[in-house]
Amino acid sequence: MIDVQDLSVTFRNGGRAVRAVKEVSFAVADGETFGIVGESGSGKSTILKAIAGLIAADAPALTINGTAMGTQRNKAQRRLMQFVFQDPYGSLHPRQTVDDCLREPLVIHGIDGIDAKVMEALADVGLQPQHRFRFPHQLSGGQRQRVAIARALILKPRILLLDEPTSALDVSIQAEILNLIARLRSSYRLTSILVSHDLAVVAHLCARIAIMQNGQLVELLDAASLRSGAAKEPYSQELLAASRGFTRATA
Amino acid sequence: MSEDPLIAVEDLNVSFPGRGGVTHAVRHASFSVGRERLGIVGESGSGKSTTGRALLGLIPRPGVVSAKRMSFAGQDLRALPDAQWQALRGRRMSMVMQDPKYSLNPVMQVGRQVQETYVLHHRSSEADARRRALAMLDAVKIRDPDLVFNLYPHQLSGGMGQRVMIAMMLIAEPDLLIADEPTSALDVTVQNEVLRILDDLVRDRGMGLIFISHNLTIVSSFCDRVLVMYGGRIVEECKAIELAAAKHPYTRALIKAAPSLDHVQTELSVVTRDPAWLT
Repeated sequence: MIDVQDLSVTFRNGGRAVRAVKEVSFAVADGETFGIVGESGSGKSTILKAIAGLIAADAPALTINGTAMGTQRNKAQRRLMQFVFQDPYGSLHPRQTVDDCLREPLVIHGIDGIDAKVMEALADVGLQPQHRFRFPHQLSGGQRQRVAIARALILKPRILLLDEPTSALDVSIQAEILNLIARLRSSYRLTSILVSHDLAVVAHLCARIAIMQNGQLVELLDAASLRSGAAKEPYSQELLAASRGFTRATA
Repeated sequence: MSEDPLIAVEDLNVSFPGRGGVTHAVRHASFSVGRERLGIVGESGSGKSTTGRALLGLIPRPGVVSAKRMSFAGQDLRALPDAQWQALRGRRMSMVMQDPKYSLNPVMQVGRQVQETYVLHHRSSEADARRRALAMLDAVKIRDPDLVFNLYPHQLSGGMGQRVMIAMMLIAEPDLLIADEPTSALDVTVQNEVLRILDDLVRDRGMGLIFISHNLTIVSSFCDRVLVMYGGRIVEECKAIELAAAKHPYTRALIKAAPSLDHVQTELSVVTRDPAWLT
């Protein structure tokens, strides 16, 4: 479904060039949930944005659903994949109601039956009809993230890109959102990529996981070997150990 | 733990009157802190930060703080005059905030910010304060203190910014440090480095530490004792290593709601809230 071959992204700022992603290759099969973990600055979000066509790769590197893709995309190609961002407080327009937010993609793509689709999308993510005309500031963090997911899914995309979808939420709310994502990906038959710094979250949702460091893909492994600690690279081991909590033993 | 606790709190209440009625942010909280690592966990809005702020007398008006007892090293903190608060705050107890991006002065070199704290609390020459600031930056494991001293906050990474903040709070050598989510904005590997610095300080200087966090994994592995807060109340107090065997249904639900690296779950359990927890 998604095929990434030697993806590199360079940001130029003044005279400086920063290579944020260096020759990363992986493939995501139809219906699979692929995880990317790494620390801040490791390039994980940049990969996601390059796949979404929000930033340009240095050379053509993407094949999505059999078609090579750059940043120039037509409506059908854009509709194919949708994005859910990290911060539910920042990603919804503060002066748009939930209804405006869900309606807009349908209007852009000229889809009929808007009312019914908005109601259906709300029900899908576990929101009540009374939330439809609320503004983001009248919703809790978890409810906002549900709106963001509803907005992404209202176009019935094949691919869902999730950038730290639960990092800003409390554990209890995170559990609800993760369960929601798990339920929706099977009912919509979604192919998805989940980016997170939390190994436990990624291991929970994803079958295969890429570990990133400094723009490079350090290791590609499946969830079972991540859990059993069968990672080969020292960096992966370090990340795993750190995720299991603080150890008082000398470093 | 020493017999005489650093902090003794009995029946602490913090409330904020507002147009829609009074909000009770902390209700009937009682606890003590010795020279140890005390963790406070809970969700957003559970009153954990407010508890920390109340100890430092930092509850803004119109917030009301009341307690049967609230003392620091035997000194009554209730109705303490401003001048005496100044002598305590920063010097004997201080607080590290969550986000270095917002808590450091963006237009002042970080070394000067560390130095400023020292000058404020000790009679010292400029040169002496500078030397101490550099030593403190070194103590929090900043590799090149001379270079970092002259940098501005935007030139630092998150982990370095957090270490500068810790240096700033520790240069006055407080007896009690309240750390409000000190590692939440940091990467896991950096997180552990910062924890190790705090850990050394507790052990070597005999400092008391109140560690406020929403992260159960960190709290259970780092702290000695844990308070679990829900809706402004302390619903459970236990040893950190026994957190996994917690008794209160809320604590148990929180632990179960977190995905784990150790076992596979098809669906995470969701916290169902019982109104009885609030009474």
